[in-house]
Amino acid sequence: MIRTVAVAVLAAAAAGCGPATGGIPEINLYNAPQQNIRAIAERCNDRAGGRYRIIVNVLPRDADGQREQLVRRLAAGDPGLDVLGLDVTWTAELAEAGWIREWTGTHAERVRAGTLAKPLDTAVWRGKLYAAPYTTNVQLLWYRSDLVADAPTTWQGIMEAAGRLAAAGKPAYGEVAAAQYEGLVVWFNSVVASAGGAILTPGGNAVALGEPALRALRVMRAYANSKAADPSLPNTHEDEARLAVEGGRAAFEVNWPYVYASMAANRPEMLPYFKWAAYPGVDGPGRSPLGGANFAISRYSGHSQEAFEAALCLRDAESQKIAATKDGLPPTIEAVYSDPEMARVYPMRQAILDALETAAPRPKTPVYQNVSTVISAVLSPPAEIDPPVTLAELRRQVGDALQSKGVLP
Amino acid sequence: MTAERDLGERRLALWLCAPATLIMIAVTGWPILYSFLLSLRRADLRFPADQEWIGLANYATVLGNPYWWTAFGVTALVTVVSVAIELVLGMLVALVTFRTIVGRGVVRTVVLVPYGIVTVAAAYGWKYAWTPGTGWLAGLLPAGSAPLTEQAPAIAIIILAEVWKTTPFMALLLMTGLALVPEELLRAASMDGANRWQRFTKIVLPLMKPAILVALLFRTLDAFRIFDNIYVLTNGAQHTSSVSIIAYHNLIGGLNLGIGSTMSVLILISVAVIAFVFIRVFGAAAPG
Repeated sequence: MIRTVAVAVLAAAAAGCGPATGGIPEINLYNAPQQNIRAIAERCNDRAGGRYRIIVNVLPRDADGQREQLVRRLAAGDPGLDVLGLDVTWTAELAEAGWIREWTGTHAERVRAGTLAKPLDTAVWRGKLYAAPYTTNVQLLWYRSDLVADAPTTWQGIMEAAGRLAAAGKPAYGEVAAAQYEGLVVWFNSVVASAGGAILTPGGNAVALGEPALRALRVMRAYANSKAADPSLPNTHEDEARLAVEGGRAAFEVNWPYVYASMAANRPEMLPYFKWAAYPGVDGPGRSPLGGANFAISRYSGHSQEAFEAALCLRDAESQKIAATKDGLPPTIEAVYSDPEMARVYPMRQAILDALETAAPRPKTPVYQNVSTVISAVLSPPAEIDPPVTLAELRRQVGDALQSKGVLP
Repeated sequence: MTAERDLGERRLALWLCAPATLIMIAVTGWPILYSFLLSLRRADLRFPADQEWIGLANYATVLGNPYWWTAFGVTALVTVVSVAIELVLGMLVALVTFRTIVGRGVVRTVVLVPYGIVTVAAAYGWKYAWTPGTGWLAGLLPAGSAPLTEQAPAIAIIILAEVWKTTPFMALLLMTGLALVPEELLRAASMDGANRWQRFTKIVLPLMKPAILVALLFRTLDAFRIFDNIYVLTNGAQHTSSVSIIAYHNLIGGLNLGIGSTMSVLILISVAVIAFVFIRVFGAAAPG
């Protein structure tokens, strides 16, 4: 009797399917603006066969605005969020606050399988997996081979090459994003890591910043006062660095791989001599900054099982290929790089994979927002860094931030 | 007999007031008390396990922090300069519109237009106007200057936006004061040989003093809590934060309820001091 009723109900439900969404759990994805994210979500909806339906919600364009909207909703326990697109630096903060779910069992196994080690590590906090890596990113050194035959391997090398170019009356600048924002922190973190140090201790509980940080500050100060420094260095973001090279004012830039596609579109005649090399170091090989985005599942999601499934689909190899080839976002699954279509869009893909081996992730701490804000405030403008004094100030302010005593400007 | 009735009426009055009082306590008293309690705690949403009572440590942190004092200085500067300019301009506008004979309604409506525009929308207008490449005002400056990316020009633009926006409000309040000045007094003074300036300083201003003080009190309290203009124009970059902006950044952006609430309490104290000074020292009559 009960069984017949159940069957009848199921049949009615199946008959009721179609355009109406009655009964299909809606999974709300909150993600940064990305042109083809809806296409990726549609593909997953087709594959889900009615188990779930992903609704794409677009967050603000800037990272601070994205984080603010997410944390404000999570702090209020909003059940309308299921899958969250997170910057790689937010994992610790959201996990520690108890706002995102741990990935366990087969879900975690599927995330780990075939995923590159460095991006995977950005999704881990205190040994537990809290997100699924979606895209990654590394900076490379881009240079004009018509001006310099061999790419410099260190910041000192760029300064020397810039000196020679300037003396010869040629474009000499080496562009770095060094305005007072996250870009300056990214630069500092990579130079410190290249010098063999770190901003925080491995657990993220205490300030490290020893002798390597002092060397890093000396390098940044020297660079900001050298012939390589564009006069607008203290106001340069990634995009201004790209434009300076495209405009013919600069010979070098350290930047994300999107500059290659941009050069191909804006200045195709310069593309044949627009080359790439490994991120510069201090006195050995450099360690590139590590960027990217991960998917996490909200603690307050009412459909967490479906949300995990949806997130896994949104970051599977096919989805990552769409994001890579159509939106220029480097994949986190290693196998996607060997796809034939990738060779056309990513001629520099081996350099990206090499850089991912040694890339320097930013410090893992729940108070990353504060740590980053005070570092960029203390280091700006780079030309006025006074290494021992600046280091002492950094140690004090970052230490305060770790104790919840940091005040954001 | 009457005493008994008085008592009964008083009791009834209390009962009638009770619902409103309870609602006021619930919606204003409790949030203020709660934020005061939070300001005595280490209450950081990112460390839910490390919440504890820490006495006045948050106050020591905030009051010992240069960012807070920079924001306080910027707020004070914006308040004093913008309210001073608004008072002068508002008085001129009030005098002109009060004396207008032709199309008085039209003139008053036109003057009020900036006040009627949503502050955030107006602030975006100013922001784009001053952005190199898109703005008509930025185009008037020497090439390559981006006024919103430097402290002094950015603060000047914030003050300009504030003045443009709230001068009509000031003018409106002053106009009610002008209406209090008896016309025959001015005519009598004029008969006695007082010139225009003397009539203004010796008769109009003294009679308007209560209205001016109320207008100044309103505007000073408003200006001290300035938020939306700065949020849109610079969001506090290049040391242009006001106290409200810095409290917002720490409370909402930083998720640090302890530090953010401490700042809110300090802002409340500042506002209370401003009101006290106006009412007790200058003798502004409490509005209402």
